[in-house]
Amino acid sequence: MIHKGLSIRGIGARTIDSVLRLGYAARFIARTVMSSGTSLRRPRLVIRELYFTGVLSLIIILVSGLFVGMVLGFQGYHTLQTYGSESALGVLVALSLVRELGPVVSALLFASRAGSAMTAEIGLMKATEQLSAMEMMAVDPISRVVAPRFWAGVIAMPLLAAMFSAMGIFGGYLVGVVLIGVDEGSFWSQMQSAVDFRNDIMNGVIKSAVFGFAVTWISLFEGYDAPPTAEGVSGATTRTVVTSSLAILALDFLLTAFMFRGL
Amino acid sequence: MQRSTLDLWVGLFVMAGIGALLVLAMKVGNMSAGGNGASYQLVAQFENIGGLKPRAPVKSAGVVVGRVSAIQFDNEKFTARVTLNIDQQYKFPKDSSASILTSGLLGEQYIGLEGGGDPANLNTGDRIKQTQSAVVLEKLIGQFLYSKAADGADKK
Repeated sequence: MIHKGLSIRGIGARTIDSVLRLGYAARFIARTVMSSGTSLRRPRLVIRELYFTGVLSLIIILVSGLFVGMVLGFQGYHTLQTYGSESALGVLVALSLVRELGPVVSALLFASRAGSAMTAEIGLMKATEQLSAMEMMAVDPISRVVAPRFWAGVIAMPLLAAMFSAMGIFGGYLVGVVLIGVDEGSFWSQMQSAVDFRNDIMNGVIKSAVFGFAVTWISLFEGYDAPPTAEGVSGATTRTVVTSSLAILALDFLLTAFMFRGL
Repeated sequence: MQRSTLDLWVGLFVMAGIGALLVLAMKVGNMSAGGNGASYQLVAQFENIGGLKPRAPVKSAGVVVGRVSAIQFDNEKFTARVTLNIDQQYKFPKDSSASILTSGLLGEQYIGLEGGGDPANLNTGDRIKQTQSAVVLEKLIGQFLYSKAADGADKK
């Protein structure tokens, strides 16, 4: 490999490298989706991965959701009471969670909790030549190892985001209604009249599914592409978290711009 | 880990996720239909409904007694036709009046019902005859300016 300095040659090498990696990543995801037949025939593989990505991420998602909601309750009340409209607290908490914070924060947590674990696992499998061993036994590692993890991530993410939002709204209710004493009726009724099922809740679900796709794609590819050394795996794990977080934020901006343009 | 324990956890996880979605849809969103069945409908015609929206509360003496279920434009009378869902347990006399009020200075708009003295009560499909439209700030300012100008003219 060419030494990457600050020379013109270095810039060129870096550009070509990143374009090449992007191409590999695209081919990798295409191969994963094409060879997901095994996951359909043997759903137990996906269920196993759902346990590791979904169930084990549950605690951090629920606790963060609760606390984000409680903080929203405090901060929202503080701002709204200046205008004498504390009754809009429910709307504020519900809309910010369902539209933005639920999908985005749970995807960021998912990337650092489950995504990094996937990268490390697959990177280590590659470093210890388990993937090559599978190929020797005529087992396609993509369909046996990668595809089930991919589908588990795509399925788990919207469910986790929904739980995050529900938990956050409960947290906002605890602080707003139980602790501060905002009127319970107006809290729920204003929330219900302001939150639309299709425009707000379903768009949030679509967002989280897109984030789940992006995060799992990045973490699986980084793991599969990691140099088979201890250093390589650790670097790939770091890159997974950084790249996924940036991808989530960029995608969130794009999706929000498309979904809520007319509102 | 045992296969059955794993299945149980994943099953619980998926159920909890779908449950959270259902809670969001029913409790947070407006998927659940307007009332719980035990309600009757009244109709009221307003000249101007201002910012009234479906599902806005209907209050009498400050207590929520129902909700606005639909708002249509009546193309014959050129007024707004508002359908109210009133809880079955509350009865209002025939000569009750409805007005569109605002909670607070900038709050949401709601319909205030004031009971009359008629011994007969309103039933499903009845029309509330006395209505008072929402206050439109521009009209109010216009009236004020007009009366000021009229006062000025009198003094001269």
